[in-house]
Amino acid sequence: MSTIKTLEDLNKAAKRGLESIIPSKTKIMVGMSTSGLASGAQEVYDALAAEIKKRKLDVVLCKTSAMGMDCIEPLVEVIQPNRPRLAYSRMTAKKVPEVINQVAKGVVDGFKPTYRMDEEDYLCLNEKKPYFKGPLPNDVKDIPTISNVDFYKKQVKIATRNCGMINFESIDEYVAKGGYFSLYKALTQMKPEQIIDEIIASGLRGRGGGGFPAGVKWQTCRRAHGDIKYVLCNGDEGDPGAYMDRSVMEGDPHSIIEGMIIGAFAIGATDGFIYVRNEYPLAVANLQRALDQARAYGFLGNNIFNSGFNFDIKIGKGAGAFVCGESTALMTSLEGKAGEPRAKYIHTVEYGLWNRPSNLNNVETWANVPAIISRGAKWFSSIGCKNNSGTKVFSLVGKVNNIGLVEVPMGIPLKDIIYEIGGGIPGGKKFKAVQTGGPSGGCIPKSLEDISVDFDALWEAGSMMGSGGMIVMDETTCMVDIARYFIDFLEFESCGKCVPCREGVMRMNEILHDICGGKGRPGDIELLESMSKGIVDGALCALGSTAPNPVLSTLKYFRDEYTAHVRDKKCPAGVCKALIRFSVSDEKCTGCGVCLKKCPTECISGEKKKTHVIDQTECIKCGVCKESCKFDAIIVE
Amino acid sequence: MKKAQTMDKKVKDIIKKYYGDKTAMIAILQDVQEEFRYLPKETLSFISKKMDVPLTRIYEIATFYNAFSLKPRGKHTIEVCLGTACHVQGASRLIDRLERDLSISSGDTTKDKMFTLEEVRCLGCCSLAPVIRISGNVHPYLTQDELPKILRNYK
Amino acid sequence: MVSFVIDGKNVQAEGGAMLLNVARQNGIVIPTLCAHDTVARSGACRLCVVEVTKGKRTRIVTSCLYPVDEGIVVSTKTERVMNVRSLVMQLLMARCPESQLLKDMAKEMGIEPQPSFRVETDKGKCILCRLCVKTCEDVVGVSAIGLSRRGKDKIVGPPFMEDSVTCVGCGACAYVCPTDHIVMESTDGRRKIWGRAFRMKACDTCGRYFAPVDQLKWISKKTGTPLSELSVCLSCK
Repeated sequence: MSTIKTLEDLNKAAKRGLESIIPSKTKIMVGMSTSGLASGAQEVYDALAAEIKKRKLDVVLCKTSAMGMDCIEPLVEVIQPNRPRLAYSRMTAKKVPEVINQVAKGVVDGFKPTYRMDEEDYLCLNEKKPYFKGPLPNDVKDIPTISNVDFYKKQVKIATRNCGMINFESIDEYVAKGGYFSLYKALTQMKPEQIIDEIIASGLRGRGGGGFPAGVKWQTCRRAHGDIKYVLCNGDEGDPGAYMDRSVMEGDPHSIIEGMIIGAFAIGATDGFIYVRNEYPLAVANLQRALDQARAYGFLGNNIFNSGFNFDIKIGKGAGAFVCGESTALMTSLEGKAGEPRAKYIHTVEYGLWNRPSNLNNVETWANVPAIISRGAKWFSSIGCKNNSGTKVFSLVGKVNNIGLVEVPMGIPLKDIIYEIGGGIPGGKKFKAVQTGGPSGGCIPKSLEDISVDFDALWEAGSMMGSGGMIVMDETTCMVDIARYFIDFLEFESCGKCVPCREGVMRMNEILHDICGGKGRPGDIELLESMSKGIVDGALCALGSTAPNPVLSTLKYFRDEYTAHVRDKKCPAGVCKALIRFSVSDEKCTGCGVCLKKCPTECISGEKKKTHVIDQTECIKCGVCKESCKFDAIIVE
Repeated sequence: MKKAQTMDKKVKDIIKKYYGDKTAMIAILQDVQEEFRYLPKETLSFISKKMDVPLTRIYEIATFYNAFSLKPRGKHTIEVCLGTACHVQGASRLIDRLERDLSISSGDTTKDKMFTLEEVRCLGCCSLAPVIRISGNVHPYLTQDELPKILRNYK
Repeated sequence: MVSFVIDGKNVQAEGGAMLLNVARQNGIVIPTLCAHDTVARSGACRLCVVEVTKGKRTRIVTSCLYPVDEGIVVSTKTERVMNVRSLVMQLLMARCPESQLLKDMAKEMGIEPQPSFRVETDKGKCILCRLCVKTCEDVVGVSAIGLSRRGKDKIVGPPFMEDSVTCVGCGACAYVCPTDHIVMESTDGRRKIWGRAFRMKACDTCGRYFAPVDQLKWISKKTGTPLSELSVCLSCK
């Protein structure tokens, strides 16, 4: 690889990349992100490689990341000359020969792809390239296009534009998608102030949760005094139930790097750091590879694009502490210390890492930047809703049919995400609430399902956007248990520096444990409320001051569930162990004996073909009987 | 070479890799942990002397972050994800079952030093909930019933 | 110089001065547990919170770390402020039921213990103000004790909670501890602290035991003063 200094060099790389994105021969791609690998993508990849070798086929086999619909992984995609791109879902090694058969013949018969793509979006180039010319081949006519798949219909991809589309190991493919052209434009045709103005005009707000206007932050950091300044990327995606940033770091690391270099040039920063959480080894590996590639091409280092601008990026690895997602704690951790937050009455854009001006944005925010520079502020702000430009990536998980990563325009009604994209609730159960914003956020009840999903509306509803976790809950989710879960999480993750968070959250957890354990006392709910106020006002950092939110929001919408636990000693959702009992329905039990065999305490008895009985004194409420009963005969009340 | 000497040598090499940079302490400890599967007490004192960093500071870091362990770990670490998605899909039943089957509490190591059981707060595999990770391999969509069979494969 | 209002009173101060100091200079009492003049402030106890209005925004800040600014309006005793202070005091009293200091402070502030909080038995009188740790690190310079663990398990002590090899027995941590959590016992010629016993040096002039030998060695090493010149106590010097 030689360095790239001119537009001509960049175009050459793009040409190489395009040849590898859509080669003149058959190409097979396997989604190999963490989710794909966990579903068995490696076995599928190995089986494909073996089959291709066995049949001596001239086929390119390569890796890509996840496009979002994780519930249909492992995903194998086939691109053949003059045919649409085909996606085979829920692949197994067994199905490989059949797919290879179809590839060899160039015709679909038998095992059907889930969807097809006729063209590919090159967002940063404002262009769509077709996979084939001429009429659509007959054999694929009844396979739906991706835009007709419910999960993808309403999605608009900006931050995740390349995820699952390119090989994350190839910088050329990233360049072919218009990558690093924005950097070229910024460094050779724009002044730093112009870039900042563009970001301000775009209305881009920080995607890490706070929603602070990114351009304004950049401006303050640019104006701050100091020769050495830093740009930082927060990849410490700690919210449980959220993995948007992991997907971008794994699937399109260059988009983050390019965004950061542009930001550094605009701010006048000399060094950059990406802080990645310990739990994401693949993200670290992919980012490191991408950094090495960017350095080899001269996008990092000295005199980038002959502009005289010097900049480089290092990775800082977290070691497992949720609080390090907080800006000051993240910086303390980068300095090589225990990640305790510090009071920030003087903002980190002035006194941040090593007390120098530091601009911190999260992964998704940085990934948006190249797109804004190439397509312009006007384009970006035309997407989304008032004061909330662009899109937001959510991880749609929990009790919903289509689980995965979705990128939607800001302002989309919540119900569209749940029912259309998510395909509703499994098992015919009732939708109860959505939890957004992680441990700092709150629950939005079904009654607010029309709510516009944007920073301000979610905040008003007592929740927050957060980094983008969206956990769907149904009637079998206990909201007191959910509040207890988050408070328990926060107690564990509190750094312990300030009294309200360390001691206060612990006391709230004690009270919630008592309530869920059937030991709730009158006055507990009111005490939780008054403590919440004191913690919100008194805690040192954002982790502490938002810690009571899960309690406050569930109390706001589900107070009756709390009352049922405290006063009636009942868990209406049938979750809290101390308040429920398992029994067998006389009507439904067939006496098959499955539960009897599975019960770890052998407390189920009964003859074959007769209704079984659970001995309440021995039952540990592990739920294995309910999980294993095919006849839905186990009653929880 | 004696065991203590090889240990020192390995730690020395790790420190060298980071040019003795004090701000790289977390990364250094991570590498030491990867080498020995935990942070032996002697290594912390050794690092303190070699890098001229107070042992209190190193001990603070080693006990602050979840990733570090001061106790020897088993051959395989079982990480039970307690992320929100896993929680609502019944992850607590998985941890209960593992504690029962392995006769240890979360955070402990089995007598035969095969398994260390740990709770982790979200592995970012929410779409596959509930999941556990054993020695780096993610096992998706689990029910407690499948656990014994999975564990057998690691023995 | 900047002008601003605190509890209805117009005051002037150096821009950037910490609000707590300015308030004290103006005779306004704000309770604190973790702010001490000899070490850098951490903002850990949150007892010194006050309400500050700057422009359109009103918020609760810790006065010990808040730099004063032109035109701010400060109230030190609003309902919100008192709610935080009372929560902090109740939480600390449940943590350290034996602490006389906390009892006295709570009495003065009119705060009763919260009966719903379970009383801790294993935390002693340590409120984790971290004054001892900072003094040991920044003033004495030996870092014999430090913080470890996280959250509710956070604790102060030597590494591995074993006898510290670097401790010089100076006792500065015990002097600075606001709640007398750190126990230092001095008997003839010996001082016990953090589980270790130190031999004391008797003054060459008056014969009174005045400092641990290890501390004198440390001072000698740090300042380059020969040990022989450190054999006389301060009063005999």
